[in-house]
Amino acid sequence: MFSSFMANAWIVGTLVALLAGATGFFVVLRGSSFAAHAIPNGAFAGAAGAALVGVTPLVGLVGFAVVASLGIGASRRHRSDVATAIALVMMLALGAAFLSLSAAYEPQVEALLFGEILGVSTTSILPVVVIASLCALALAVMYRPLLFNAAAPDLATVRGLDPRRLEMGFMLTLALGAALTVPVVGALLTFSLTVGPPAAARLVTRRPLSALVASMFLSAATLWASIAASYQSNLPVGFFVGTLSAVVYVLARLSCAWRRRRA
Amino acid sequence: MHWLFEPGIWSNAAVRTGTGVGVVVAAVSALVGLFTVVRSQSFAGHALADVATAGGAGAGLFGFSPLGGFVIGSLLGAGAMEAIGVERVRQRDVATGIVLGGATGLSALFLYLITLNSSRTGSTQSILFGSLFSVSNSSFVLISALSLVVILALGALGRPLLLTSVSPDAARARGVAVRRVALAYTLLMAVTVGLSAIVIGSVLSTALLIGPPAAALRLGRRLGASLVMAVVLGALAVVAGVVASYDSYYWWPSHRALPVSFCVVTMVVVELIVTSALARRAGARDASGRA
Repeated sequence: MFSSFMANAWIVGTLVALLAGATGFFVVLRGSSFAAHAIPNGAFAGAAGAALVGVTPLVGLVGFAVVASLGIGASRRHRSDVATAIALVMMLALGAAFLSLSAAYEPQVEALLFGEILGVSTTSILPVVVIASLCALALAVMYRPLLFNAAAPDLATVRGLDPRRLEMGFMLTLALGAALTVPVVGALLTFSLTVGPPAAARLVTRRPLSALVASMFLSAATLWASIAASYQSNLPVGFFVGTLSAVVYVLARLSCAWRRRRA
Repeated sequence: MHWLFEPGIWSNAAVRTGTGVGVVVAAVSALVGLFTVVRSQSFAGHALADVATAGGAGAGLFGFSPLGGFVIGSLLGAGAMEAIGVERVRQRDVATGIVLGGATGLSALFLYLITLNSSRTGSTQSILFGSLFSVSNSSFVLISALSLVVILALGALGRPLLLTSVSPDAARARGVAVRRVALAYTLLMAVTVGLSAIVIGSVLSTALLIGPPAAALRLGRRLGASLVMAVVLGALAVVAGVVASYDSYYWWPSHRALPVSFCVVTMVVVELIVTSALARRAGARDASGRA
């Protein structure tokens, strides 16, 4: 399980999980799960499009995720959930069209949707490190404004914080992170990692910084357990990521209820 | 002219059945979806489609009826969302997310096992993206019957649903059981989404649930007119999408037709763009008339 060909999976997996935990903390805080679900699907369409045209997948992943995030962020004035839903289905439909035009093999489709962590190559580590650091930097810069905006939106606006610019910045960060995570855990399960562990962390502690750290740790632990279980059982890693993320949340809920009963 | 409108299209039985089912499903989705848009429940509506996918894949794996799998999966998902808690908006967001995440994990497992155990290919894509043209005549009858049940139930919910959607506080003051109406509506939405997910795939299901009603609401705010408009726009998108998909066979020398799902979604997006342009022009005319 720790042999050399698995080393890349562990390194990239850990980076991706830490990033998903950090962005997920803000996703749960801001209530933007739907966007966090839609943007990875944009990345999926991008990967399918890149395969059709024959360019590096990363170009398609980043390009389409950014387009999806701009579409969602720009229409914040109207009903944002409708805009998100339409952006999401358009991206998925485009992905389906690209796939059927390029006649991709079914395993490739499944890898994009549900992830293929054991296929991480050494050359893909550098872009992952670069993009992950960029996202981490962006989150660090936006940390205080995002918290302020979530806690007291009106006061934050009065103090000169532009909520639309903040939303845009956050969506772009989500898009970059998604472009990174999709090839590893897949379009559908990037989302599980971004919501389950962070929501659990928020239940366990109320202090923002410790919730952020707990979220990153829980997310990494979920992915580690998933890689190990997938390696042992030969079942897809996406199955474990999805179900374990939900299990982590349910356990946190139960421990919360139990503590309240005792208090 | 055949690249624009292939004359033989309606003589094909699969195309006729597929279009018929598509129009029925589009009409039910539009009626139910209008309330989804007004209640800002798009995320739940979409999540139920993905949960239904897990149910459909599970049914495929264990050999149950796929329609049952889709509808039951979706109903279970709606129940789980309610159990986690949907009182406050932000909590609703997380509850939906957790159920959606867990369900996609299950889909991943089921679809993997299906491809492992059978020599058939393409089941992942047909479950996720659907195919209108593979609907059989017998399921057409069943789907139409279930659609009728949904429409009757929606009519029975009627005014309390409208009141709780537009103004929950006023509804509570009038003694409407807001929680119970919300639960009933979510279950109704689950059945609708399960129905449409099996026919046209989870992707298209969201497009038909949200797109036509959102477009109709841009044109006017009166309930009756919006309902009719949403149904017309939904049916139109399906028919136009089917024709485009059928004709796209002639668009490239490689003769690879575009998927129906893609064509229908594109039509829905075109409708949204056109209606929002119309709404903007009407808004500008109003403003200049007042000045």
